Amino acid sequence: MIELRDAGYSYDKGALLSGLDMAFAPGSFHFLTGPSGAGKTTLLKLCYGDLKPTTGTVLLEGRDSRQLDRDALARLRRRIGVVHQDCQFLDHLSIRENVALPLTVAGRDVAAEAANLDQLLGWVGLGPRAAARPPQLSGGERQRAALARAIIMDPDVIIADEPTGNIDWEMSQRLLSLLAELNRMGKTVLVATHDLALIRAAKGQVAARVLRLAQGSLQAGTEL
Amino acid sequence: MRRLLTLVQRATDATLGDRQADRVVPPTGHTVWLTVLTSAAMAFLAVFALALSLATGRLAERWGESLAQAATIRVSDAGEAGEVQAEAVLQILNMTPGVTTARAIGDDEQAALLEPWLGPDLPLDTLPLPRLIEVATDGNLDAEGLRLRLAAEVPDAVWDDHTRWRAPLVRAADRLRGLGWIALALIAGTLAAMVTLAAQASLAANRQVIRVLRLVGARDAYVARAFTRRFTLRAAAGAAAGAVLGGVAIAFLPAADDAGGFLTGLGFQGAGWLLLPLIPVFAGAVAFLATRRAAFRALAGFE
Ligand SMILES: Nc1ncnc2c1ncn2[C@@H]1O[C@H](COP(=O)(O)OP(=O)(O)OP(=O)(O)O)[C@@H](O)[C@H]1O
Ligand SMILES: [Mg+2]
Repeated sequence: MIELRDAGYSYDKGALLSGLDMAFAPGSFHFLTGPSGAGKTTLLKLCYGDLKPTTGTVLLEGRDSRQLDRDALARLRRRIGVVHQDCQFLDHLSIRENVALPLTVAGRDVAAEAANLDQLLGWVGLGPRAAARPPQLSGGERQRAALARAIIMDPDVIIADEPTGNIDWEMSQRLLSLLAELNRMGKTVLVATHDLALIRAAKGQVAARVLRLAQGSLQAGTEL
Repeated sequence: MRRLLTLVQRATDATLGDRQADRVVPPTGHTVWLTVLTSAAMAFLAVFALALSLATGRLAERWGESLAQAATIRVSDAGEAGEVQAEAVLQILNMTPGVTTARAIGDDEQAALLEPWLGPDLPLDTLPLPRLIEVATDGNLDAEGLRLRLAAEVPDAVWDDHTRWRAPLVRAADRLRGLGWIALALIAGTLAAMVTLAAQASLAANRQVIRVLRLVGARDAYVARAFTRRFTLRAAAGAAAGAVLGGVAIAFLPAADDAGGFLTGLGFQGAGWLLLPLIPVFAGAVAFLATRRAAFRALAGFE
């Protein structure tokens, strides 16, 4: 459960986000849209504790994100899978190792989960590219790898920042149906995108709400 | 045996992280060599500081204890008169409680003592050499009483219990031993400072890597371990090489005979050699603590 209560955020200059009131209930599916620079990425960062609100409160699993110590934050991030807009890979490791990284840092036995890992890589179409390093991949391949890494820990919440930014329509569709499938399994999904075609395509697959971020505040969500 | 090995493996993994954890931080060239070389040099110096401390410790002990139980009586008259007086002194000594042995040093022995200074073929008979009587005591001797008695009965006999030259030497040896320990402390401090700097450089260079690790759920302790493992192992490896080189250098110091005294004493004796393997262990511990501290500080400031 992620809840914003009158939350706001400002970088050095004036307030970017203010008065955000929103609850992402377990099992819900939300799209977040808005013009470039509106603060979508910033809002998502508030939702996984990468940024702490400068005004108001953000509750992550019922706890004020500002009260979370660094270890609590680390444990929280194992239950929230994030596809970052800029992917965030380790370039000296292979794609396979990058996808397995959340398992590695959590101290899990990666060898024991090899079958899972291979299946997941196959599903996002990266089986043959598993040994490549991130810089050798296309933008779309990187984004698919980022999605695989976000769900490898089987998290309760999946947050994706422009997950279809670089990928073709067919792959976008596959990715969307994966997110819909995960949502049907009871996971909370939050996707920031300005791909309106993607949102339209989601119609019928999931019961999603569309939130629009403009002038620093959230405008009432429309049901799909 | 197998189970013991896995236990050891698990214990080191818990403190130093496993190899998989090591891979998540890319190897960084120059800090590797900085750490290995510094730690090797410091271990090399530590061997000598340790040798100095141990040797001066032994020396102080020897001078302090065994010499305190030895004294010399000198009868200045040469020839017949000296002979008679020496006999009188020996008789007094034999009746003095606390004296274990008393022995006149013969001409041959005296010549041998003088040979290093005056050369062989010494025409002893033409030199007015004093008679020397070597006295060993059991520590319960009433030195003042003996001195008075000698003054009364054999006025030409001079009692010398070596205090005059022994005390400053013991003080100097004690001081040297203290300096040796201070040198060891400084060496450890320098190693800690160098490792801290190298670790800080490595942490700063890997800032983006650390950010990714944190984003996928790594705890600070995990990230810190990736660095401490690396620096601990490097420091220990460097120190092992340095300690071996230092040990070899000490072992092959040109041997002088007993007359070399202090210089030949500079070395390790018996169990003292067992201290050398402790140097890499200690260097590893210093590196571990320094890196851990640097890592947790850096991590707290990163996000
Ligand atoms: N670290 C930062 N320091 C200062 N300003 C920042 C920082 N990150 C983002 N901003 C500013 O905050 C505003 C919102 O950025 P954000 O990345 O949240 O937008 P966005 O809605 O995700 O945009 P896009 O659709 O292009 O990804 C932008 O004007 C950006 O310049
Ligand atoms: Mg963005």
